[in-house]
Amino acid sequence: MTQTSWVDTRTVLLLVSLPLTGLLLLPTAYLVARAGGVGLAEAVDYLARSGTLRIMGRSVLLVAATVGASVLIGVPAAWLTTRTDLRGRRWWTILLTVPLVIPSYVGAFALVGALGPRGMLQGALEPLGVERLPSIYGFWGAWLAVTLFSYPYVFLSARAGLRQIDPALEEASATLGRSGLATFRHVTLPQLAPSIVAGALLVALYTLSDFGAVSIMQYNVFTRAIYLRLSLNLDLAALLSLVLVAFTVALLVISARAERRTHPATGRTHGAPRRVALGRWAWAAWAFCAAVVALALVAPLGVMAYWLVNGVQQGETLRDVFAPLQRSLRAAAVAAGASGLLALPFVFLQVRYPGALSHLVARAAYVGYALPGVVVALSFVFLGANTLSVLNDLLGLSSYRTFALLIAAYVVRFLAQAIGPARAALLQVNPHLEESGLLLGRGRVHVFATVTLPLMRSGVVAGVALVFLTVMKELPVTLLLAPSGYDTLATRIWSASSEAFYARAAAPALVLVALSALSLVYVLEPDD
Amino acid sequence: MTESPAVECCDLRKSFGGVRAVNAVSFALARGQFMALLGPSGCGKTTVLRLIAGLERPDAGQVRINGEVMSDGAAIVPPNRRRVGMVFQSYALFPHMTVAQNVGYGLPGGDGRARRVAEMLALVGLRGLDERHPAELSGGQQQRVALARALAPQPDILLLDEPFSNLDVALRSQVREDVQRILKQAGVSAILVTHDQDEAMSMADCMGVMFDGAIVQTGAPRALYDDPATRRVAEFLGEANALPGEARGDVAATALGDLALRRPARGAVDVLIRAEQIALAGPGQGVPAAVTRVMYYGTHQHVWAALDDGATVIKARCAPDAPWRAGERVALRVSGPVAAFPAGESAPP
Repeated sequence: MTQTSWVDTRTVLLLVSLPLTGLLLLPTAYLVARAGGVGLAEAVDYLARSGTLRIMGRSVLLVAATVGASVLIGVPAAWLTTRTDLRGRRWWTILLTVPLVIPSYVGAFALVGALGPRGMLQGALEPLGVERLPSIYGFWGAWLAVTLFSYPYVFLSARAGLRQIDPALEEASATLGRSGLATFRHVTLPQLAPSIVAGALLVALYTLSDFGAVSIMQYNVFTRAIYLRLSLNLDLAALLSLVLVAFTVALLVISARAERRTHPATGRTHGAPRRVALGRWAWAAWAFCAAVVALALVAPLGVMAYWLVNGVQQGETLRDVFAPLQRSLRAAAVAAGASGLLALPFVFLQVRYPGALSHLVARAAYVGYALPGVVVALSFVFLGANTLSVLNDLLGLSSYRTFALLIAAYVVRFLAQAIGPARAALLQVNPHLEESGLLLGRGRVHVFATVTLPLMRSGVVAGVALVFLTVMKELPVTLLLAPSGYDTLATRIWSASSEAFYARAAAPALVLVALSALSLVYVLEPDD
Repeated sequence: MTESPAVECCDLRKSFGGVRAVNAVSFALARGQFMALLGPSGCGKTTVLRLIAGLERPDAGQVRINGEVMSDGAAIVPPNRRRVGMVFQSYALFPHMTVAQNVGYGLPGGDGRARRVAEMLALVGLRGLDERHPAELSGGQQQRVALARALAPQPDILLLDEPFSNLDVALRSQVREDVQRILKQAGVSAILVTHDQDEAMSMADCMGVMFDGAIVQTGAPRALYDDPATRRVAEFLGEANALPGEARGDVAATALGDLALRRPARGAVDVLIRAEQIALAGPGQGVPAAVTRVMYYGTHQHVWAALDDGATVIKARCAPDAPWRAGERVALRVSGPVAAFPAGESAPP
């Protein structure tokens, strides 16, 4: 025999992926170990004494209120833009979606910048002798800030659901003598329910994991409580994190149950649904959409613009934005590049070599993504403060807060975003193409570079772009792990609005919103 | 010393998750020959092809190409060092490359490459389409690009996996003729995998019939058609009527009279009579029967006739000119020897 066996690709991929999987799971494992070390009785006592029940209550209240409001805004808006003759449907769709790109802490900054102490409203009323306004801080502020920038999840999901429902079903109901309203209640709504639930779940997860808005609004839910305990009692922070993770898991389980109960349609005809003529209600529909867009988009942008002008007048220079922008871009670029690269072995293992082990390895990438950012950040703080301290002494570093650790945390948190589109792209590449390349005498690396990669490039690029934009906006991980002095756009907005220096937050906030708007490319469907 | 075969498989075995896809397959293909592997879908024929190509690792057995061992159990030569060309069912053309880039993919760089690409495109009759992308070609053109690409590096052996099944029926026979001509011109040894017996018999020099992971019979198409080893092979290769009978050496007594046997047999048998062996004539010139159904195809017609015993219906393939009608009285005759199998040998499902 002239040739002997060659090392098979699956083994190589596993050799690359397994250590990486370990890295992805390490922080979480460490967190669990740390909290587990406390002891059950002590843990219960800890949690009881520190007002955990109240924190839980606030979290549940905020989630319920946000989800409720999001459904009340999102579902009617979706119906108006897909099923009625509302004028300017296309534009309303875009305008109602855009608030999604405003990070909640930027929205919170806009709210306190308008209504908080030393805000716009108080500034306008002061000459009239008004010294104090009712406080925006607490539940109402947090509720507004989270709802206004997360309802689009329900809106988009309900729109997709409405567009998927077979118009023939509604027509059948009409031919069976049902009125429009009865048809909507008994035919449309039951079919739309899974889409609404899916959107509501996203809002619930978003609310539960949100850190920026609730911190700025000083509303003590899980994420803020964890952050505040961080410098006082690490064990308690770890315990609280585990309770928060349990809540997250519970939400995911409930949604999986709900999904299983749906009844798929039996057939499908294609055709545009009939649009309801709004008639004399057109103005009300218009007013509804306009009010939502005014609150969630125009007002925040207006407030930011106001403080930008105000700041420039007070001598804030735009040059102050430049350094944080550069840091944000650098961190995002490195994290996105690393994620794009590290996603490849995971994607190949999962798509080309499916099996129990591949599945497990692939799942590991989603653990960090499913966890709230503040939990991931906390686990890295543990890892950095304890395990790495030995290493730090060896390397002569003064703090575990290094750029490398920050990037590692970003990768753990967002690798799933790079995997998603790359996986979808590889699934589109027929494996026979790669086999053809091999049979034509080319090596595996050559075939990968000339056939596979060019064909899945757009997916890889999309994943990298998603990670880039998400890291730009990321707050808790950056806040807790960035090297001291490494303040980014996100941390600058957070600290400035926490301390009511609104003018200083305006420019970074506007830059961030403009950059985030790019991600809309991936959210909006091309046709309408 | 005689020349070693182009391909030799010895006791090849391969299972997927407990299912035996290929079970003890052995055969040899002489150089320059065109072989067809014929079998119903799921019989493991594509897996045999992939084992030869090195795309799958056999559980056991040997693959030799031109006498060189390519796989022996788990130790295998990777596909890119085998000098094996393959045309996939989906053609697997690189969608982001032009026709010329596709055909040139397996060729070394340099001046020779462009010349060879032009030569191959001329061979398959696609001159002038160099700069097109696969999506801009018709199905038949795509197929010829796949063929040119596989042949360009002058492989020792060419494997074709159901290459005609994605083509319109109208186009298929023309493409088959073209491919057969091109392969003979290139002088390459080739294996074609197909489930279409017309395709296998009309194109190949020799064929192997595969059922349930095993090759049941190999030989020239004519030999297999005339002298099938089992009833299942016989019925897979063409339309046949099965009749119970009593064999007495060279003849067997059946409802259609005493029929000459291809091989001597004794005892209870099932004889298989090809539809084209049955001739219809006016009453009195054979075994009496009544026409029950006629299907007319232009080139020929199928006629079903019930014998007077009331239980036996015979299917005949006749020339198109005689206008047989349902209800008409006819007489049946059998021409040529027939195959007989022991009674009760399992018929295909």
